[in-house]
Amino acid sequence: MIEISHLTKKFDSFTAVDDLSFTVAEGEVLGFLGPNGAGKSTTMKVITGFLAPTAGSVTVCGHDISTDPIAVKSLIGYLPEGAPCYPDMTVLEFLDFIADIRGFHGEEKKQSIARVVQQVELGEVCHKTIDTLSKGFKRRVGLAQAIIHNPKVLILDEPTDGLDPNQKHHVRQLIRNLARDRIVIISTHILEEVSAVCTRAIIIAAGRIVADGTPKELEARSRYNGAVSIQLTQEFDLYGALESVTEVVAVEESDEERRRYTIVPAAGKQIFNKMLERVQGEQWPVAEFHLVEGLLEDYFRSVTQGASLSAHAQRRERQSNSEQQV
Amino acid sequence: MNSAKNSVMRNLGIIFKRELAGYFATPLAYVFIVIFLVMSGIFTFDLGGFYVRGQADLMPFFSFHPWLYLFMIPAIAMGLWADERKSGTIELLMTLPVKLSDVVLGKFLAAWVLSGLALLLTFPIWITVNYLGSPDNGVIVAAYLGSWLMAGGFLAIGSCMSAMTRNSVIAFILTVAICFVFVASGSEIVLNAFGWAPQIMVDAIAALSFLTHFDSISKGVLDIRDILFFVVFIGSWLFASAIVIEIKKAN
Ligand SMILES: Nc1ncnc2c1ncn2[C@@H]1O[C@H](COP(=O)(O)OP(=O)(O)O)[C@@H](O)[C@H]1O
Ligand SMILES: [Mg+2]
Repeated sequence: MIEISHLTKKFDSFTAVDDLSFTVAEGEVLGFLGPNGAGKSTTMKVITGFLAPTAGSVTVCGHDISTDPIAVKSLIGYLPEGAPCYPDMTVLEFLDFIADIRGFHGEEKKQSIARVVQQVELGEVCHKTIDTLSKGFKRRVGLAQAIIHNPKVLILDEPTDGLDPNQKHHVRQLIRNLARDRIVIISTHILEEVSAVCTRAIIIAAGRIVADGTPKELEARSRYNGAVSIQLTQEFDLYGALESVTEVVAVEESDEERRRYTIVPAAGKQIFNKMLERVQGEQWPVAEFHLVEGLLEDYFRSVTQGASLSAHAQRRERQSNSEQQV
Repeated sequence: MNSAKNSVMRNLGIIFKRELAGYFATPLAYVFIVIFLVMSGIFTFDLGGFYVRGQADLMPFFSFHPWLYLFMIPAIAMGLWADERKSGTIELLMTLPVKLSDVVLGKFLAAWVLSGLALLLTFPIWITVNYLGSPDNGVIVAAYLGSWLMAGGFLAIGSCMSAMTRNSVIAFILTVAICFVFVASGSEIVLNAFGWAPQIMVDAIAALSFLTHFDSISKGVLDIRDILFFVVFIGSWLFASAIVIEIKKAN
């Protein structure tokens, strides 16, 4: 269990993480979402003991990071942003070093190295210098060092950033396999990843939590939840046809595609079947017709844009207040 | 499996081993050793008038060491922390279950052992002097020890300067500058320039200099105060390194 309570991290006067509180339980895969600069990496750096918090506390499985950092660090496997590894070492030398530090000896050490080499498929590059590896392989080396000690807590900062689609798929599968009986926190700004691997998502903006729930719950909060996208083949008075339908609150015309419309239902209403009946029954000139996707993305945009603006505005206000007092 | 069972020495040893191997994974260690040996040779036999003096000792060899170290040691110290910051591996290292003191010491010891190795490889000069005459080998051993201690002093400064910046060239220049102050403060020129000052101040300046302490050791006088000077000096600069790393690691 990770408990984060009123965590604040300031760099000089700039507040990167602002009074964050949440807990993560065993078995959860938490997706940490937010636009660039939201404070995801900073939060992870505090949890892993790299940065000291300005205020608040972090405990991991009962150990406080400020008073017992070594215990916390032995419980955590961490992939820092960009997967830094020692460039002059070969993959095996590097993993051997990490295994040493993690307290492995002899046969046990050999087995754990062999296990991670197999898990992240590093076999073909074992004896190569890390410097010479492609981005995808470097990332995998970073993952391997993070899981070599079978950590209770796995913290991965943008684990799939810069990977090709096959590699992304593979890393996600790996994370799903690792998730059992563990705590996993991954940060990402790729939203499909959250739906694919996370059991829970926290969206932060300007250092604050703006949403917390399962990916499904967050999707359901989108204005476009249950909305229908429709492509007409010729001019047709869609507005007129839908005017009297109370479940529909808006019909929006697409900027990007000609004759593409989005029919937005009232909150919590399902309109797909009703629309289907009318399209078929009234012979509307429809080429194609589907439920709107990318709900998480829409919800993400709506909370992060608003939140970061208002948080910054509040902060400015607070600042100017304190300036006036001075 | 992991955690508390790890003794302090174990982690220190692991860091030490990795760092030392790191010097030999790149040409740095070899270049350092070769240049150190060549320069020692030039200084001793050419500039130092080893043969001309007609004395069976290694004074010309050792008296150049402070000036040789001034440019050689910063080269192996400059990357100690600057490279970790530049490549981002500092974040990896500092989130592993190791104490900062183990890392600071392990890195320092690796660099110190490398400089010691280069020093040991000058043994042909020792053999030469024994072949040509009968020097006081006790004095020579003391001088080697003193030289190695002095190298440690240079390295400790280098460790701290390397922690200050992510640019190893800047670390090199800073180290040379600060080391120069600690070497030059014992030279005749600087001490004479302070001729106007009270004696106690001149003594204080001289007491902080590597030259003062190294001179007496290299003459075979193993005074505990000179040894203590280097030990405390190294300890203080390494302590300062740890503080600088704590403050600067996030930038
Ligand atoms: N060492 C630092 N010094 C000053 N500001 C920093 C530092 N690290 C991060 N920041 C700032 O804190 C904010 C949050 O950064 P970060 O946690 O890296 O965001 P994210 O990972 O969500 O993209 C950013 O505005 C960034 O510029
Ligand atoms: Mg980040």
